Amino acid sequence: MIALRPRSLDEMVRHLEGDPGLIPVAGCTDLMVRGPEALHRIDKVIDLLGIPELRGSRAVDGGLEIGAATTFTEIRSSAAVRAAFPALVEAAGQVGGWQIQNRATLGGNIANASPAGDSLPVLLALDAVVVVAGRKGQREIPYAEFHTGYRKTALEPGEIIVRVRLPHLPAGSIQSFRKVGTREAQAISKVVVALVGRVDSGRIAELRLAAGSVAPVPVRLRAAEEAVRGLPPEAEAANRAGSIAAQEVQPIDDVRSTAEYRRYVLERVVRRMVLGLVG
Amino acid sequence: MNGIGDSPPRPDGFAKVSGAARYVDDVSLPGMWHGATLRSPHPHARIRSIHWDPAKAPDGAVCVTVADLPGPNGVQLIDDGWPILADGFTLHVAEPVALVAAPTRLAARQALAAITVDYEPLDPVLSLEQAESLSPLYQLGMDTGDVEAALARADAVIEGEYRTGHQEHIYIECNGMIAWYEDDGALTVLGSMQCPYYVHKALTHGLGLPDDKVRVRASTVGGGFGGKEDFPSAIALHAALLARACGRPVKVVYDRHEDIIGTSKRHPAVVRHRTGVTRDGRLLGLDIEILMDGGAYATLSSVVLSRALLHSFGPYRCADVRIRGRVLRTHTTPNSAFRGFGAPQVEFALERQMDRIARTLGLDPLEIRMRNAVEPGDRLPTGQVLDASTSARLCLEEAERRTGFRERWKELEEARARRSEGSDGEPLRGIGLSLYFHGAGFTGNGERKMKSPVTARILEDGRIEVLTAMTDMGQGCVAVFPQIAAAAAGILPEDVTFAEPDTAEVPDSGPTVASRTTMIVGGLIARAVAELRDRVVSGREGASVRDGWIEGPDGSRERFREAALRLRQENGPVEVTLRHEPPEWQTFDESTYSGAAYPTYAWGADVVEVEVDPDTLAVRPIQVTAVCEVGRAIHKTLCAGQIEGGTLQALGWALMEEVKMQDGRYLNDRLATYIIPTIRDSPRIDVHLLEQAWEGGPFGAKGGGELPMDGGAPAAAQAIENATGIAVTAIPATPERLLEWQRSNQTVGDAG
Amino acid sequence: MAEVESDRGGCRMTTSFLLNGQSIEAEGHPMERLLDVVREQLGLTGTKEGCGEGECGACTVLLDGEPVLSCLVPLFQCEGRRVETVEALAGRPDGPLRETLERFVATGGVQCGACTPGIVVTLAALLERNATPSREEAREALAGNLCRCTGYEGILRALLPALGPEDSKA
Repeated sequence: MIALRPRSLDEMVRHLEGDPGLIPVAGCTDLMVRGPEALHRIDKVIDLLGIPELRGSRAVDGGLEIGAATTFTEIRSSAAVRAAFPALVEAAGQVGGWQIQNRATLGGNIANASPAGDSLPVLLALDAVVVVAGRKGQREIPYAEFHTGYRKTALEPGEIIVRVRLPHLPAGSIQSFRKVGTREAQAISKVVVALVGRVDSGRIAELRLAAGSVAPVPVRLRAAEEAVRGLPPEAEAANRAGSIAAQEVQPIDDVRSTAEYRRYVLERVVRRMVLGLVG
Repeated sequence: MNGIGDSPPRPDGFAKVSGAARYVDDVSLPGMWHGATLRSPHPHARIRSIHWDPAKAPDGAVCVTVADLPGPNGVQLIDDGWPILADGFTLHVAEPVALVAAPTRLAARQALAAITVDYEPLDPVLSLEQAESLSPLYQLGMDTGDVEAALARADAVIEGEYRTGHQEHIYIECNGMIAWYEDDGALTVLGSMQCPYYVHKALTHGLGLPDDKVRVRASTVGGGFGGKEDFPSAIALHAALLARACGRPVKVVYDRHEDIIGTSKRHPAVVRHRTGVTRDGRLLGLDIEILMDGGAYATLSSVVLSRALLHSFGPYRCADVRIRGRVLRTHTTPNSAFRGFGAPQVEFALERQMDRIARTLGLDPLEIRMRNAVEPGDRLPTGQVLDASTSARLCLEEAERRTGFRERWKELEEARARRSEGSDGEPLRGIGLSLYFHGAGFTGNGERKMKSPVTARILEDGRIEVLTAMTDMGQGCVAVFPQIAAAAAGILPEDVTFAEPDTAEVPDSGPTVASRTTMIVGGLIARAVAELRDRVVSGREGASVRDGWIEGPDGSRERFREAALRLRQENGPVEVTLRHEPPEWQTFDESTYSGAAYPTYAWGADVVEVEVDPDTLAVRPIQVTAVCEVGRAIHKTLCAGQIEGGTLQALGWALMEEVKMQDGRYLNDRLATYIIPTIRDSPRIDVHLLEQAWEGGPFGAKGGGELPMDGGAPAAAQAIENATGIAVTAIPATPERLLEWQRSNQTVGDAG
Repeated sequence: MAEVESDRGGCRMTTSFLLNGQSIEAEGHPMERLLDVVREQLGLTGTKEGCGEGECGACTVLLDGEPVLSCLVPLFQCEGRRVETVEALAGRPDGPLRETLERFVATGGVQCGACTPGIVVTLAALLERNATPSREEAREALAGNLCRCTGYEGILRALLPALGPEDSKA
């Protein structure tokens, strides 16, 4: 039985190089649900929470970096994140109740790779870059390339996410976030949408739309974006973006909701968010 | 009337707040092992063989199957048709097939892997539609007057079909039992339960033990809602069988997933109405068909159907009524008691039918109810004449007065008609009203049969001890009983103590169900304690007892407790046992379904206000005003607490609690997927208690624990219609279903 | 000590942490749930298991002063940290929590009590940060604590005396 609690990123990477079978754990809010029987079968684990380089945010050239082991409570209370990326703060506040937010981490949300992950569409819409470390050293993966399939990521064995870089948005950018869950709080999303956009001279100059729970991975709604770039943020553009978005996703029926409902809601939420670009 | 209507802090409150209260899983006995249950993965299958390989299990682990049963393979409830362990066949997913015990909880779980079962899957019946053509588990009917003639002379005959789904109790404390044998072979069981004597009866029957060799004690119970009325008997048997097999105390505690899939739920129902009315909205004839899904075994379905029948005509006047009800068998976990016990399902249907009638005739929801609500002196279809404590109309009037329902409903109907497509994203507001009632006490002749003995005696320290089998599962009899006893005798709450619900000590005052605890058992407590008080002061001319003092006409005063202590010293034990003797008129003919089905009824009217998100069709209840009459509230806060909690359970059932099934397996089998309201889903709930003392109850009190379950759902459905125009004929009215109905044009049309 | 290997083939290690102000050495599998360590090893049964999947909040404890779900915290991550359970928090003699708990028992905030310890712990953390929460702030803080008995009204009445008692008419 091995249970390691490294104190620095270097120490962490050395352990992972030595044994790619080590299971990295952070907030454990997804992992521990498996229950005592399954957990007792884990025999190699390495803790990410004790590594200062993985926590907190710092300004970098052109953006903000958030450590992978930063909790959602920390994201919500970070002055830097609140100032630059309110959509991420909004998502962080809906990840679960207070108790979950105190433990669940941004890196964990990403690595868990659930298509319903609440922060994931925000990261997509913000053109995030995921910085990972492991035996190949550090490398950067554009978040848009990070999810390779249902619950599959671009992480190689022995790699962990160390930080997420969010490029600053141009002045005048608008961000919005909407989660439609099974109830008002402590809910898994049925549809979750993030928007980043900018209006210039009365027309949509920039638009990035991303959605979760409507496909095996979080997706950019590129066809919808294409269709309305250059139009005024009014009914026509909003309706068009909504209806195209609903067609470019592949939602399913599951225990929470139906494909039909997900398409309907996606269309209307996208429409509402595009109308919201008026500011 | 000292203390009645006050709200003293509940005596078990601080223990619960500080974590000191002991629930069954907090209890450990020396040498105790843990039990686990192997459950069927098939909804219907023949069991060809069960093979236990001890070599694969943790050291010393034991296994129990049907072959090891010392007595009949039946959990005795109304009958013993419900198997303790599957025998030859399994009739539902999660049915217990074998049991294991091992030194730790983890080892017990691991030991399950040492059992191999050879199943031959058979075709299951999984829906009411499939089951309709098969013979029912139970059926009942009642026919009063001539419903066909009434429909023939009606100005309009309106039909409707309404559906309600499963509901899972989700008491925060899951089921659990600990069983152990003493050296002399006597068995003790401690656990979470509503009915110690039900468990006692099941144990003596299933294990072949005499009554005095079985002792059942309730631990602190963390919620019940009916979900701990029958399954505790089965779980107690399982724990006892394992204790017998390994020679040690055994604890069986369910985790949430197991509790959801393995224990009972509310019966899903389909209710079909054919109603004849006059053009001014008076009910002439009610023709009602009730179908309920009982699951694989009958358990309590016969009584659920009975109560359903007796509430299906609602708090309304109608002389010509025909009701046919059936409980059908499906290959699913048996459905059974859940607060309301059949009434919520049929009252949802009737209230929706009243709303359909109202729209057809151009009346508003308040008017249709005012025109038909029963009043004192009216006769129910069973022939029972309602007494003065009948407040249907009063509840409606008060609800209207407090909310301005009529005007607001009309405004919102008009707003909806004016509304054009493409809303501005503002929530759609809706308001809905319901009128409901609930028979207090056991259905029919149940109370007469049970008699519910209650004992009171004077202890050596002069306090009065009261002995009943009632368990406090949160509802607060632990507070209400001392209030009643103190007020009845003129003594202080400290002068009276209540024995733990322990079958070795207390008489069988009946199960803690059916809204009977305060009314029936509380009533017996009041009389028993008063009788003891009379014995203590007997011989003292003109003496009265107040605030714990005996006051003589000459101005003398003596502490009651001292006088009681002296009486006991002089006379030896002083004890009284009283039994419930319903008055002559309280009889019910079960073959014709006529007579007094319940001694009395509680009444309520709900106004529910909702906001519907135009983009997502998510329904948010904002405010509920519940006007209820339960005779007299003994403890105002706890009484209101029952209404508040029951109302939110009703709203959860109406809006978000859904059980989806696939191949006989529940898909919503964890708290992440079976959705109950959080505090952020909960509306403001304003409870207004009307008092209309009922002379048959202690200080005028009637039963009310189940009442609030009957009103919230139809009022919420009406509010959704008011907001959106979507006709809600089934619950849960999830956003997905609202969308489906909207798209298939299941609407009520515009106000006009 | 960062690294522990078992020499017996079983998976047990020692984790040291502060529990209700006392130094504790708990033995167990690194992924043992803190909930089980608290209840079974340390005999503090006030913290309850309602679901084991992080949905109900009944198992809430404070970890370095923050409310967390002990059914989701692995033992080995508690090394060197400060854990507080309901037993210690409810016993505090004064402050806004004490007053709230006294009202709790009288306003119908407690019925069956199974959710109560988790709520008490969350409230302890809330009132530490904000002694006079609004109704909305209270609802947000308690969103992760499920109650099935009270409809939440009695709980809010205890927290927010300004809301006033329930109405009733004779």
